[in-house]
Amino acid sequence: MTMTRRDFLKLAAGGTGLTLAASVSPFGVRLLSAADMKGQVAFSPNVWLQVAPDNMVTVVVNKSEMGQGVYTSLPMIVADELDADMKQVRFVAAPAGAAFNDPVWGMQGTGGSTSVRHMHDTLRKAGAAAREMLVAAAAKTWGVSPAECETAPGLVKNRVNGQTLTFGQLSAKAAELPVPQNPTLKKQSELRYIGKSLPRLDTQDKVQGTASFGIDTFVPDMVYAAVERPPVYGAKLLSHDRDSAKKVKGVREVVAVGGGMAVCADTIDAAWAGRKALQAKWDGGTSPDLSTKTLESRFLGALKQKGVAAKKQGDVAGALEKSARKLEATYLLPYLAHITMEPMNCTASVRPDGCDVWIPTQNQTGVHQAAVKITGLRPEQVKVHTTYLGGGFGRRFEVDVAVEALQISKAAGRPVKLVWSREEDMGNDFYRPMNACTINGGLDERGSMIAWSHKVVCPSVFARALPGMMKGDVDPAAVEGVEDMEYEIPNLDVEYVRIETPVPVGFWRSVGHSHNAFTVESFIDELARAARRDPLEFRLAHLRNHQRARRVLEAAAEMAGWGTPPQIGQARGIAWHFSFGSYVAQVAEVSVDRDYGTIKVHKVFCAVDCGSVINPDNVVAQMEGGVIMGLSAALKEGISFAKGGVESENYFNQDILRMSEAPEIEVKIVASGDALGGIGEPGVPPIAPAVANAVFAATGVRLRRLPMKPQTVLAEL
Amino acid sequence: MISLDVNGKTYRVDVGPDVPLLWVIREHLKLTGTKYGCGLGMCGSCTVHVDGKSERSCQIPVGDVQGKKIITIEGLPKDHPVKKAWVKEQVPQCGYCQPGQMMEAAALLARRPNPSDREISEVMEGNLCRCGTYPRVRRAIRTAAREGGKS
Repeated sequence: MTMTRRDFLKLAAGGTGLTLAASVSPFGVRLLSAADMKGQVAFSPNVWLQVAPDNMVTVVVNKSEMGQGVYTSLPMIVADELDADMKQVRFVAAPAGAAFNDPVWGMQGTGGSTSVRHMHDTLRKAGAAAREMLVAAAAKTWGVSPAECETAPGLVKNRVNGQTLTFGQLSAKAAELPVPQNPTLKKQSELRYIGKSLPRLDTQDKVQGTASFGIDTFVPDMVYAAVERPPVYGAKLLSHDRDSAKKVKGVREVVAVGGGMAVCADTIDAAWAGRKALQAKWDGGTSPDLSTKTLESRFLGALKQKGVAAKKQGDVAGALEKSARKLEATYLLPYLAHITMEPMNCTASVRPDGCDVWIPTQNQTGVHQAAVKITGLRPEQVKVHTTYLGGGFGRRFEVDVAVEALQISKAAGRPVKLVWSREEDMGNDFYRPMNACTINGGLDERGSMIAWSHKVVCPSVFARALPGMMKGDVDPAAVEGVEDMEYEIPNLDVEYVRIETPVPVGFWRSVGHSHNAFTVESFIDELARAARRDPLEFRLAHLRNHQRARRVLEAAAEMAGWGTPPQIGQARGIAWHFSFGSYVAQVAEVSVDRDYGTIKVHKVFCAVDCGSVINPDNVVAQMEGGVIMGLSAALKEGISFAKGGVESENYFNQDILRMSEAPEIEVKIVASGDALGGIGEPGVPPIAPAVANAVFAATGVRLRRLPMKPQTVLAEL
Repeated sequence: MISLDVNGKTYRVDVGPDVPLLWVIREHLKLTGTKYGCGLGMCGSCTVHVDGKSERSCQIPVGDVQGKKIITIEGLPKDHPVKKAWVKEQVPQCGYCQPGQMMEAAALLARRPNPSDREISEVMEGNLCRCGTYPRVRRAIRTAAREGGKS
């Protein structure tokens, strides 16, 4: 799908009313001015930016803003190369279209902490090309050579006579020039914005209450939909009372969708009341025995099965045999829901000749494809509008809610706004998988690790979501952070037992690292204790050739005063993990209430090396957020199941971390200057093991199951 | 017909008295800064002021607040010390819960201009944030208390 000039102008609200034609450029679609233009011209050398006569620079962002700061970091990158004045920079969400594909993935989506990493080079080049054209336009105007011109934020200066022209004044002339194919990028020393803590461009919207999320979409003539769907896995609808539902004031119609029914009404309260009035009866589903208990015993039982090898290095059996000290531990982690603050929602308008979808999505390509399939329209007839996302965390990579809204709109023949209740959201997630693992470790007589055998039992996220990325029979997420761990252990086996249950699984912030960091970093701690070595020293001793890991560990330890006595009643735990291109180490200061079993995390010290940094304050914010979300999971979260379905409903039986439980967090960036790493996810993995290790330091109790609930702690004490 | 005073404006809405205030504010008046989060008053995303007190709008039947003064995030002055502090401390990430956080914080500061950390934690306990902005929310409330007092 290509974007027309009019779409762009609408998108950028540059509204000059000019019609310009599109052609392909090195960066995607190039917008060229048509011959009959009059008046002032906005300048768009490529799909990523536009310079308007009023000097406003609009950066088109193809990545979804879900809190990670991409509506600031990507415009910063463009603005820096363009030499724009940040006060004149604004952003706009890209529509769904091939021109806006991620250049690495070949599809339009946001995930894997990749936005900056994947877009950086393209956007630098886009900004640089525009800057060269503006300079060329100025040089032409003054009759000097481009070399005699330089840029300052938002303008071009004539070095000879000191004259200046603003980007806006040059936009018309620049638009007539050819787009340079290989623009010169700024040197590191010339960068103005990259590497500086600039305020986010979306803060005002979000502080004034004007930011428009998916749930804030209004379309003329729309109805609200509420879906009555299977209460347990595989349930079939036995009966429902359509007439009662239709008697509810405001209810317009009831249509079949998926395995259930959708009630369409003039207001959301009428739609929800109509759904209740349906009095749907369901059978017991296809897995009536499914419960948290049966799931846990299945996972633990599967540890006895033979799996497939994800890694085989050296002779683990032989090394274990001759180990001076052997250790075995089994860990169990629960299913987790994403619990985005904005519940799943989508507004869809399916018409005979076109379709629009407004959705807070991480997966524009997936939504677009789903809409084409459901409507039978041509790709160019389908428009996907990305709103702000009230949290994503991987949940919004799924397109299930879009499919529902599209089907209902098609059946109802009018625009439909579908908003899930919190209960629907919690009960119909693609959960972070449950995970069981057994690790066998061996130490030699000097207390060095010589063997590590790791068996993981875990459902596959990739087999359903991205089957092309399966590594043979191994789900990459199930073993990430284990099979590629940096600890220098001569003999390492990683074995994967795939288990499938009726519970759908998906990408949850940091994916497999969210469980594997816990098991690896807990077991390392166990081995350190068994070797009677300091947990930090033990780690460093097995990371002799891994400088970046060492640096974050040492930095976090130094911040926390590792080796000095903690405050009375508190203890420290340390953990680190490498994920999504970044190294993060965390030290948690914890106390445990021996009467109630509650764990209080007082302070977390976090050191991060994400290679190079775009916006330091945003790196800090993402680390803070990662710690809080990881801590929430570690202390409080685990979706429960009963009678064949999800039992957790709302915050009363699945709470998340609250203000009083949030520790102070101190973040230090120890950037190595290496390649850009991600920041959205890497803050999550280390906190759970850091806390578990601190609990051990405080009490001598080793918690091998998450969440670390007070009753579990009490039972162990 | 329900008559409502929201942000100093009078609205007449054709809606039953039992409909939660939240849906009337959001879907009828289109003041969408107030958010739905749980429908049980447990997450704080729907927090508004009713006669100066912070309330969970998802728990209030609209018929109960006729004649009362309702303020939403859109009605909190643009240069309110809380809003300024939220910008200064760069609090929002996804931003969805923030209107509720700010309304709760503004009500707290109106009552207690200099709250202790303990008071902040106790009052903000009912406002969930999944992005994990709690440390910044805390900092912004301290900033607003300090700078709001000055002005």
